[in-house]
Amino acid sequence: MALGWQHLSIGMAGVNIWEGVGLHAAAKTEPRRLLGGLFEWFGELGIFFARVVAAALTPPYEWRELMRQMDAIGSLSVPLVALAGAATGVVLSLETSSSLAQFGAKSLLPAVIVFSIIKESGPIITGLVVSGRVGAGIGAELGSMKVTEQIDAMEASAVDPHKYLAATRILACILMMPLLTLAADFCGIMMGWVAVTLMKATSLRLFIDTGFKDVAFSDFIPPVLKTTVFGFIIGLISCFQGMRTRGGTAGVGRAATSSVVLSSLFVILADVVLVRLILIYFP
Amino acid sequence: MGSANIDAVTGHRNGDAKGPAIAIRDLRKSFGEQKVLNGITLDVQPAETVVVLGRSGTGKSVLLKLLIGLQKADCGSIQIHGENVTGFDTKRWNEIRKKIGFLFQQAALYDSLTVQDNVAFPLARHTELSLEDRRKKARELLKSVGMEKDVEKMPSEISGGMQKRVGLARALALDPDILLFDEPTAGLDPITAAEIGQLILELQKDRKITSVVVTHDVQGAKSFADRMVLMRDGKVVQEGRFEDFEKSNDEFVQHFFKGEAEEPSRSELRR
Repeated sequence: MALGWQHLSIGMAGVNIWEGVGLHAAAKTEPRRLLGGLFEWFGELGIFFARVVAAALTPPYEWRELMRQMDAIGSLSVPLVALAGAATGVVLSLETSSSLAQFGAKSLLPAVIVFSIIKESGPIITGLVVSGRVGAGIGAELGSMKVTEQIDAMEASAVDPHKYLAATRILACILMMPLLTLAADFCGIMMGWVAVTLMKATSLRLFIDTGFKDVAFSDFIPPVLKTTVFGFIIGLISCFQGMRTRGGTAGVGRAATSSVVLSSLFVILADVVLVRLILIYFP
Repeated sequence: MGSANIDAVTGHRNGDAKGPAIAIRDLRKSFGEQKVLNGITLDVQPAETVVVLGRSGTGKSVLLKLLIGLQKADCGSIQIHGENVTGFDTKRWNEIRKKIGFLFQQAALYDSLTVQDNVAFPLARHTELSLEDRRKKARELLKSVGMEKDVEKMPSEISGGMQKRVGLARALALDPDILLFDEPTAGLDPITAAEIGQLILELQKDRKITSVVVTHDVQGAKSFADRMVLMRDGKVVQEGRFEDFEKSNDEFVQHFFKGEAEEPSRSELRR
């Protein structure tokens, strides 16, 4: 290949995607090894997923650990998600206000803010913020447990780490993502109204009435529910990257970063597919 | 399948009275091109403490991980209480693991749990004990290793020697028949190392547990080993009591026991 495969490397947060999936410099330059490595990574991810599902479906269930993870992943992410949602609401309000004014459609501003936030901005912002906070946390925690033999110790105590560590975290991510999205949506819409009313005094009731006038359940429910898929991706990839950590503290750093990079990337890719599916099934 | 006896009180297998608690036959394990275990054969009798010695990288820790199913052997067999565990799946391994305690080299305590909860962790998953009873048993175990004053501390708040003691208490939580020790005295000062050695001796005396201890600590091994095994290049090169090793004429055994370099040093070569 004249172009060189290294041009395909995508840098995110200072970490190479290929390194995230376990491919290093030599592999990048050889298409066959690159493809082989990618297949290997997806194959291992599939086996990991199958083991997690099998472990999760076998009693006894780890309810207490699930609750603890829902608290750690859900409640502790609320401030960050709310702040990100609020900032999005303000930015949307400021940006669209002048654009709509140019077309003489400023009265549509509440509806534009509400539709933008509930249909796309809220879910994707929540997905990316949770990828960063939770993905890094899970990757670093499980990576550190792996290199200090805590995961081996768990296995030696006849406790399946796929059930106790991975299944609980993945399920907690799936269950908490829609709730976090609602928090982001709420804060985004409220701060959108604040920004609007600072430009031109508008009552909250009027803002809500005009904003939600044409909103149907089909506009609201599918985008919120699609975040369960984001939660699944974040949980699965972060647990997988954490539990396959090698190489001491440097390995823990790589696991944390690759968890964030890969889960963010797959959240964005999944969003493309899910938006298309939602448009097909909820036109 | 071996004809193992079942203890009426604990429900644990005591092993065939005539057979070894652990029987390893021609065990081999490689990582890529590197052969780590190259045909290990070893028997450990019930209530016996066998110390496995050898230089770093000779596969001692890998041997322990194979004995508890954390890694899979390439070939050969392991029998525990007469049962061939080599091809076991996770479910069957988990049944065997409840009867085996493992003390890891760095103790491997769960750093998100207190000392007490670390010890109670296996009890919560494998017994019907109430929370109060689990904590009571954890405190008793911690008392038996001299850690009763630190039950509410986090692992990061205690020293390496204390972590090893807590690790030992956790390994004993399910009343195992077999204990595996991975470098129990590594990185400890001589007094703490001697205290850990004393604990291993007490376990032998009080509980009659079958133990396999991987260590570099020759002097410590003298105090608690019933039998010693020396490994080199993934093989057992010498087996016997401490006195047999002391009397051995084998050059490698003498180097290992005296803590001398095997190859002539650079300064000797220059001369």
